Amino acid sequence: MVDLTNPYTYVPVVLVILAPVIGGLLMGIDRKLTARMQSRMGPPITQPFYDAIKLWGKEPFIASKIQPVLAFGYFGFSLAAFALLAFGQDILLLIFTMAIADLCLIVAAFNSKSTYSNLGARRELLGMMSYEPVLLLAAISISFVTGNFMVGGIFQFETPLLTILPLTFLAMIPVLVIDMKKSPFDVSASSHAHQELVRGIYTEFSGYTLAMVELGHWTRVALLLGFMSLFWAPNLIIGTALAFMLFFIVLVIDNSYPRLDWKTMVKTTWVVGFLLILANIVGLVARLVIFS
Amino acid sequence: MKTMTKARLKSPWVLHFDCGSCNGCDIEILAALTPKFDVERFGIVNIGDPKHADVLLVTGPANKRNQRVLKNLFDQMPQPKAVIAIGECACSGAIFHNCPNTLGGVDNVIPVDVYVPGCAARPESIVDGVVLALQKLQKVSEGEKVD
Repeated sequence: MVDLTNPYTYVPVVLVILAPVIGGLLMGIDRKLTARMQSRMGPPITQPFYDAIKLWGKEPFIASKIQPVLAFGYFGFSLAAFALLAFGQDILLLIFTMAIADLCLIVAAFNSKSTYSNLGARRELLGMMSYEPVLLLAAISISFVTGNFMVGGIFQFETPLLTILPLTFLAMIPVLVIDMKKSPFDVSASSHAHQELVRGIYTEFSGYTLAMVELGHWTRVALLLGFMSLFWAPNLIIGTALAFMLFFIVLVIDNSYPRLDWKTMVKTTWVVGFLLILANIVGLVARLVIFS
Repeated sequence: MKTMTKARLKSPWVLHFDCGSCNGCDIEILAALTPKFDVERFGIVNIGDPKHADVLLVTGPANKRNQRVLKNLFDQMPQPKAVIAIGECACSGAIFHNCPNTLGGVDNVIPVDVYVPGCAARPESIVDGVVLALQKLQKVSEGEKVD
């Protein structure tokens, strides 16, 4: 059973409670680094928290009765997915919980007559269609190495996954770019697409519903980077450094590419993702055959 | 200062609407976002969605064709909010005074809180105008009556 005297028992609980805070700080670092890359000063790192508190205090304009429920659902399911990661549960279940969280957001956006909101929701579906298969294939290749789909199983495996699955790690970069809503694949909700999209999938949220959606987004960023830190699982300090390196790479990509259309997004993610992961698995099998 | 008031002062998201200006003031507003002035260091973000915005920046004289759009945008912004008229045209109609197709200043359509004069208004004075609008938001947030 659970040993309540061992302080390490409480680490996952603390992590889950802190997940939105970690994500919020990451978004603050993101805005600061982006500003520095554009030779601007940039806002303080705590800026996302000011934004969320302000949004919480604004007059709510509710587009439909179900919209607030779905906004809370987006945050709730994202946090549940983070809890699955922190408690070392099944990776497949984690991916499906993430998908449910995203679906909450999409249904909420479809639940109004706004053209921009509907367009954003459709593009978010396309984004899901692009990254979900790659994410699933990455999970399958991890299970191929460790023998099961559990996050705990990665910790029992002594060799760092990055040394065995380097190409799978690379294939996760477009997945991160899409899910963090960064250029060139920020087709569903860009913060810079005023004329074309307004705010895409976020258009119809306002006040506290938007604050909840923001919290959900921060949690997802923390979740994805936490998932990437598993690639050096035995030593989580190096794993975290690895996740930060990836975060920086995504920011560099964000600042050097314009937004591309959804066809390019699907093609790039599928072709690059599938080829890299398949090459990785084929290479592993070939090595097994040659050395046995 | 209460947390909510502080958060409101730290993150004013602005919505920019051009109702028939010559683009001089619009270019100066965008100049405020560039590295030289960088208003994002105060948390000011130019946002495209009235439902997320706190401050409405209007340039150009209101006219009969776009007054409906301007009114609609203003109504879609949730409280607390502030309106800034930027440039001579938005303040009073300026060179369009008595033109049959214009309505004069923006304050003939929606209530304006801060007037930023200038043709075109300079980025420094625009940033100054936003700071003045924040004082209004602070008063509203602390529960004072503002007219």
